[in-house]
Amino acid sequence: MIRVVLPAHLRTLARIEGEQRFEIGGPATIAAVLDAVEARHPMLRGTIRDPATGKRRAFVRFFACERDLSHDPLDAPLPAAIANGAEPLLVVGAMAGG
Amino acid sequence: MSRVRVLVGTRKGAFVLSSDGNREKWDVGGPHFAGWEVYHVKGSPADPNRLYASQSSGWFGQVIQRSDDGGTSWNPVGNTFAYDGVPGTHQWYDGTPHPWEFARVWHLEPSLGDPDTVFAGVEDAALFKTTDGGASWNELSGLRKHGSGPHWQPGAGGMCLHTILLDPKDPERMFVAISAAGAFRTDDAGATWKPINKGLRSAQLPDEDAEVGHCVHNLALHPARPSTLFMQKHWDVMRSDDAGEHWREISGNLPPDFGFPIDDHAHEPETVYVVPIKSDSEHFPLDGKLQVYRSRTGGDEWEALTKGLPQQNCYVNVLRDAMAVDALDACGIYFGTTGGQVYASNDAGDSWNPIVRDLPPVLSLEVQTLP
Repeated sequence: MIRVVLPAHLRTLARIEGEQRFEIGGPATIAAVLDAVEARHPMLRGTIRDPATGKRRAFVRFFACERDLSHDPLDAPLPAAIANGAEPLLVVGAMAGG
Repeated sequence: MSRVRVLVGTRKGAFVLSSDGNREKWDVGGPHFAGWEVYHVKGSPADPNRLYASQSSGWFGQVIQRSDDGGTSWNPVGNTFAYDGVPGTHQWYDGTPHPWEFARVWHLEPSLGDPDTVFAGVEDAALFKTTDGGASWNELSGLRKHGSGPHWQPGAGGMCLHTILLDPKDPERMFVAISAAGAFRTDDAGATWKPINKGLRSAQLPDEDAEVGHCVHNLALHPARPSTLFMQKHWDVMRSDDAGEHWREISGNLPPDFGFPIDDHAHEPETVYVVPIKSDSEHFPLDGKLQVYRSRTGGDEWEALTKGLPQQNCYVNVLRDAMAVDALDACGIYFGTTGGQVYASNDAGDSWNPIVRDLPPVLSLEVQTLP
């Protein structure tokens, strides 16, 4: 079970509250987590990663275990604490605007 | 008694303003999609309860929302706008080639007869169409693949397809405008397009009367006479009486002829409205006086409409899609400003009142006249 915290605007768009939990069948990667997020909440397709290229949107970041995973390959294994549900994966809208 | 619904897109959400046919007391609904930019909201002429909204953000990209109950509730629909084939390049601001990249939907134009069919004008400039109520979108790529496409260049707001007019007498014909490429027309439902810019002159271009490259800000037509088009160009207000084949300037006595929106009176095809703005470098009204100008002669002769509008210290702008009319008698005129005011006239522009004063900057405004 993987815990995911989405930014407020995306929780509103998906009509959900609080932390979300997902079972990932294969290896725990950001790509696999995003696949699960988009499968349960189709309205979030395109809001975290570009639907054509699959790349992370420029102003979206992935934080976990006090690390910035945003520049890791999307298919890189997530830290064990994320994979076993001890820590949440944070999907963050980057601070911008002064 | 008839009712009026005003659909307002702003920098931070959408608002739905409602009134009875007197248009004196208003309910303000919203914000919908709070915190997101809403470039456009428009209702289907075939089913007024069917609304579509373009919701976008620099963080999370493009979302399209649809309402089936007149804006009370909304649901996201498809948001994939994939260019047809390898999109190639257009010109960047500095004249170098730049890849075509989808940024956002500027304008949604529902079909005149089918609530599930909608056209979407996007940045980087292209035209998309849905026939399933927004679930999926396909590009009408004949426009972008017009031979002039690689020479199109963005205006200051981006290279956007911002205006879509459907011809009520000919379902195969539509008009679009792109900043800064110009106006285009199709006579075969979007398969092929031709530039319709003869007569436009733009001093900003090396060739002032080039076939493409003009910064057309907005177009208007009257449903009873769709072969006559009115245009607010970057500078100059123009008119064509042959579906865009030829244009002539009708700026006449306008103080500055720079501006963004242009619209037609609902019942008088020769009555036209513009909002003059001082200049392209000073996007606010001349002398701090907000004035709508009306021509009852199809152009050339214009009168200032000022009653109820601020006549001192006003430095807002009115964007291209932020003016619309209702179909009541007398015709109602509405516009929103970058200062967040929405003004309404229930007497064809003779006098104005603010419906609401402190919304986020208004990006667009549409009006529905309801039974």
